[in-house]
Formats: sequence, C-alpha cells, structure tokens
Amino acid sequence: MSILIDRDTKVIVQGITGKMARFHTREMIEYGTNVVGGVVPGKGGETVEGVPVFDTVKQAVAETGAEATLVFVPPPAAADGIMEAADAGIRYCVCITDGIPAQDMIRVKRYMFRYPRERRMVLTGPNCAGTISPGKAMLGIMPGHIYLQGHVGIIGRSGTLGYEAASQLKERGIGVSTSVGIGGDPINGSSFRDIMQYFQDDDDTHLICMIGEIGGPQEAEAADFIRDHVKKPVVAYVAGLTAPKGRTMGHAGAIIQAFGESASEKVEILGAAGVTVAENPAAIGETIARVLQ
Amino acid sequence: MDIHEYQAKEILSNFGVAIPQGALAYSPEQAAYRAREMGGSRWVVKAQVHAGGRGKAGGVKLCDSDAEIQDVTEDMFGKKLVTHQTGPEGKGIYRVYVEAAVPIEREIYLGLVLDRASQRVMIVASREGGMEIEDISAEKPDSIVRATVEPAVGLQEFQCREIAFALGIAPAMVQQMVRTLRGCYRAFRELDATMVEVNPLVITGDDRILALDAKMTFDDNALFRHPQISELRDKSQEDPRESRAADRGLNYVGLDGHIGCIVNGAGLAMATMDTIKLAGGEPANFLDIGGGATPERVAKAIRLVMYDKKVQALLVNIFAGINRCDWVAEGVVQALRENPVDVPVVVRLAGTNVEEGQKILAESGLPLIRAATLNEAAERAVAAWKSDMNQQNSKLRAI
Repeated sequence: MSILIDRDTKVIVQGITGKMARFHTREMIEYGTNVVGGVVPGKGGETVEGVPVFDTVKQAVAETGAEATLVFVPPPAAADGIMEAADAGIRYCVCITDGIPAQDMIRVKRYMFRYPRERRMVLTGPNCAGTISPGKAMLGIMPGHIYLQGHVGIIGRSGTLGYEAASQLKERGIGVSTSVGIGGDPINGSSFRDIMQYFQDDDDTHLICMIGEIGGPQEAEAADFIRDHVKKPVVAYVAGLTAPKGRTMGHAGAIIQAFGESASEKVEILGAAGVTVAENPAAIGETIARVLQ
Repeated sequence: MDIHEYQAKEILSNFGVAIPQGALAYSPEQAAYRAREMGGSRWVVKAQVHAGGRGKAGGVKLCDSDAEIQDVTEDMFGKKLVTHQTGPEGKGIYRVYVEAAVPIEREIYLGLVLDRASQRVMIVASREGGMEIEDISAEKPDSIVRATVEPAVGLQEFQCREIAFALGIAPAMVQQMVRTLRGCYRAFRELDATMVEVNPLVITGDDRILALDAKMTFDDNALFRHPQISELRDKSQEDPRESRAADRGLNYVGLDGHIGCIVNGAGLAMATMDTIKLAGGEPANFLDIGGGATPERVAKAIRLVMYDKKVQALLVNIFAGINRCDWVAEGVVQALRENPVDVPVVVRLAGTNVEEGQKILAESGLPLIRAATLNEAAERAVAAWKSDMNQQNSKLRAI
C-alpha cells in the first residue's frame, strides 16, 4: 500500500508540451508511472513522449479514464487549470507551479468545495516537488533514485529539504511508503493535518516524518491532530531557526507574522504533542532510525 | 511589495475611503509651499518610509506654520529614520507627506489580511486604535473583532454593520463605516493586496471617519496583472543587496552573520542556515538559486553574496533534482576564476550528475573545500571561517 498514488493510477499532465513538463513526463514514465495523456488547449491530437494530447481535461478523462493530474501550467493560468481538473472529475491533482497569486488560490479552494466530499478532488501544492510512492509511481519533479521503498511516510513543504531527508534515510537503508510535498505557498491544497490522516489510515506506513518551516498555522494544527488521532510515531523538523521575523524566506508562505509561527515555537508545540523533533536538519535520518528501533 | 503611506491613501481614496487633505513634497521648500497651498493653520508632516513606528522615531511632526514645516523637514530630508521595524541601519527619507491636522475623537484599528487558517481574507478591527496589533492582541484581546469574507460573494453589508456596531460607532455614522470597510476590501481584492492596514482610522470631532494612516502590501506573484502597482516600487527603501538580487531574479535576504550561503530551494536554504548556526557560525544571508540553475546564474549568485563585505566564508549547498550538479560546479569554477575571492569556499553537491560535478571541481585546481553531507558542509565552513579569522588576527598582531 501507499497513499494517493500507486502503480495503476492513470495520470495526465496539464501543460505537457512545455520544455520542463516534457522532461519530467519522460522521467515519470521511465520511473514506471502510468502516464496516459496530456492536456494543452489547442494542441489536441498531438503526441508527446508517446502519449496523446487533449484540448480539455474532460476529453482526457473520457478517453483515458485519467484519475490524477500533474499541473505544469504557468502561474497566470494555473488556478484555472486546477479548477478545470476538479470539474472534470479528477481524483488527485498535484500542482508544481510556483508563483500563483494567493487570491487565485483562495478562489480555487472555494471552487473545490462546490463538490460533495465523495467526488471532491484532493489537491497537493502548489509550489511543491510532487508526490512519490517509491517503486510504484512518481507524480512530480523529484529525482526518483534517492527514495528507497519502505514504511516511512514523508510530508514536507520544501522540495529539496525533502530530498535531503529521503537521502539520509536511504543511507541508513530506510525506505519510504509515500512522500508528499504540500508546497511552500500560504494558501495550499492540503495541509500537514490532511495528509497525516491518510498516513494514519495506511497500514504500510509505520512512521510519519513531517518537515515544516516558519510561517502559517499548519504545523500547530497538525500538532493538535497528532495528539488526538495519530497512533504512529511522528518525527519532525522545522526549518528556519535563524530566520528573522517579518521577512519572506523564498517560499511565499515562509514568513513569521504571528505568535506560533517561528521555528522555535513550532518545535515547542510539536514536542508538547508527543512528536520527536530533530533539531538539526542533518539529523533527520538518524532520529528516524532511532525512533524505529 | 510595500508602498508608501501617501500612495496607499490615494489608492484607498479611489475606492471610496475618506482621507484627510494632504500633499507630497520632495524638499523642505516644497513642503512649506504645500501647506500654504492647502491652507489651514495646523499640519502634520510625515516622513515617507516603508516602516511602521515612525511617530516614536521622530518621523511625524505637528507644525503650526509653514516656517516650522520648513525647519522640521530640513532635519528630515536625507536622514535615515530608525524605527523598531527598520533595523539599526534605518530607511532614508526622500519624500514627506504634508497633511491637514484633524480633530480626533476616537482612534480605531482596522486591518485586512490573508488569513492562512481560514484561507480567506479576514478583517480585523479594534476600538484600541493607534496601538500596534501585536500589542492590542497581547493587552486587549477582547477588543478585537474579526470577520472572514466568503470569496464567492465578497464582503457583505451586514458584516460591515456588525463590525461597526461592535466598535461602538454611532448609528448615524454606521453607513460611513460600511463604505470604508467595503472600500478597503475592494482595494484588497481588486489589486491583489496581501495586507491593508489603517491604523488609526479616526472619528473626527465633526463626525467624519478618516484613514489617518494607511499601509498596503501587495502579492509579488500578482504584480504581472497590476503594472500600475509595480510602478510604485521604491528602491530607496530596499536593502541594496536585496535590490540587486531581485533585479537578477534571485531570492535573497540579507542577515548579519559572516558565512555566505548559496543553496537551491527555500527549505534547504533555511535548513543550511540552521546547520551553520548549530555548528557555531552565523549565516550572512538566505539565498535560493531556484531550479534549473545555469552556470551563469550560479556565478551571478556567488558575485552577489560576495558583494556583502561581511562575508568571510562561502558555503555552496546543492541538492540537485531539477538542477544539475555539473552546471553548478561549472558556475562555481567560472565565478571564482573570473573574480577570485579571498575567503574559504566550501562546496557540497548531491543528487543529479553529482560525479560529473565533483570531477569539474577536482580538476579546476581551485582551493575548494569539499563536503559530502549537510553537516560536514556546515562544520567545514564554520571551521574554515574560524581558522581564516585566526590567521588574519595573527597577521594583524605581527604588523
């Protein structure tokens, strides 16, 4: 088992004709992902990396039975692309795009809620590296070879810091069930808490690793959820110990604006909820190894 | 992106928010002239800098004559205003705003923010205007009124009335308050703001509701659709290191330490800074070179970080997914050949094409310190910085 995606998940890529999207589509197919098509308005009928391109997501779903999508659409049109996927009945959407206006994301979130829960699309990102179930499928831009297949579930905001954690695990022979990037934007599709629920319900995940950073309330929300509902061990690291207040650290969402948003406050809140916190990012792997023993 | 008070007032005024009469000046003579032009007998002169806390720092002065305005502004122009929000280096005063003084009965706090918990726009208001919101929430939390806006339909009149009554606004003035709140929300929504703060919003002796101060911050990601807002950028209010970075498409935040950092990815960049601190050093900056960095971009990043004279050691930490280690290595070699640096340089590469990258570094003949892991990189950078400092100190002693 794994969460959100596996070997059989039928995937389309929105914006597949772009240079980066083409490259990553090839990487995903080589990894074993079941990519069945792409969508670019006006380019329907073309073929990219051996898969058919459609004009609309609805057509792609009708023709291929696609269940998941990877959005590679540029920022001004990305929100529109996510809503198109939600309306077409896509079950899971990963949005890679960095730089979507925050108010566009507010509209996206509002739009997704017009569907009843049982047919509501799950969105992770935007501004994330994607989701990978090692050995099965990859929906994103990560280097697949740094992940071993195994039983640690990873949830993180940052892409490269997630790579750092996965490679520290690999060095110790520890594998990953699924790694989910929730992205660095202030308004995102799924929170730590949302993904935590999936990992709690997944028998194949034995430990959950959460990689947070400064800014926003989602780490604290996750702490409440962990204390009350998560029965599995959780290891966390929160980046930005040295980040000054009120400054945006790269990610649009990485800014300390209120109480509880700094790294040290989040570490304290998580620690109080029973989470094992790695103080040093270089010690994420060894902390997980210790907790697993 | 931040803008000045007078710009925020002009924008809000266009959306129906009432403001006191005022005018902008670029010199003491112009400031005095503006007051004469406006008429009246009392004015407030306000230094235009991108920071709060101006009043306490001497950036806001009440004047009773145009001669006094001239005197007061002569002391302001060209000076750096240091407030609790600017840092010790302060922000330069190059514009002042001259405003007609108004009789104040009451001060209200009004803020519109992007609330990350509800993922909506939230209105925050309090009877305790004039204080900063952090202080209000610490000292008078019960005075705070909040309302979130349903994005599909926007801010409703009843919500505005609820806020007005909760603030104790007189019934005859509630409609003015509704217009003010709706104006602020429409400006926020239509111009892609991330923050609108009117503090204080005042009720005057003659029953008007006026925005006495105003602050707006805009979503950088949405500036592409608001060229008229982009034009309001004032580089004189930015850290020169950060302006250079922004012009080169790099994500940079200047800090006070001595170890310069060049990293890909915001999270890894913060983690690298944390590791430096844990290893006993202090980072000089945050820098994310982003994905798909070419050798030219890496070289640019190195030059940018070295432009900060406080940097006494350099740490390059790359975990390549979308990036390529060989390109990064070429960039490092290219930058250091063209502009040799006199500080130790530590390079850690991992991920895509790491062998090719290591080979380029090894064959360059440059005195680079290499590291395999994040920890090793931070420890070696701090050790190199310390031993370099010791050598310099002993050199100084020898002289």
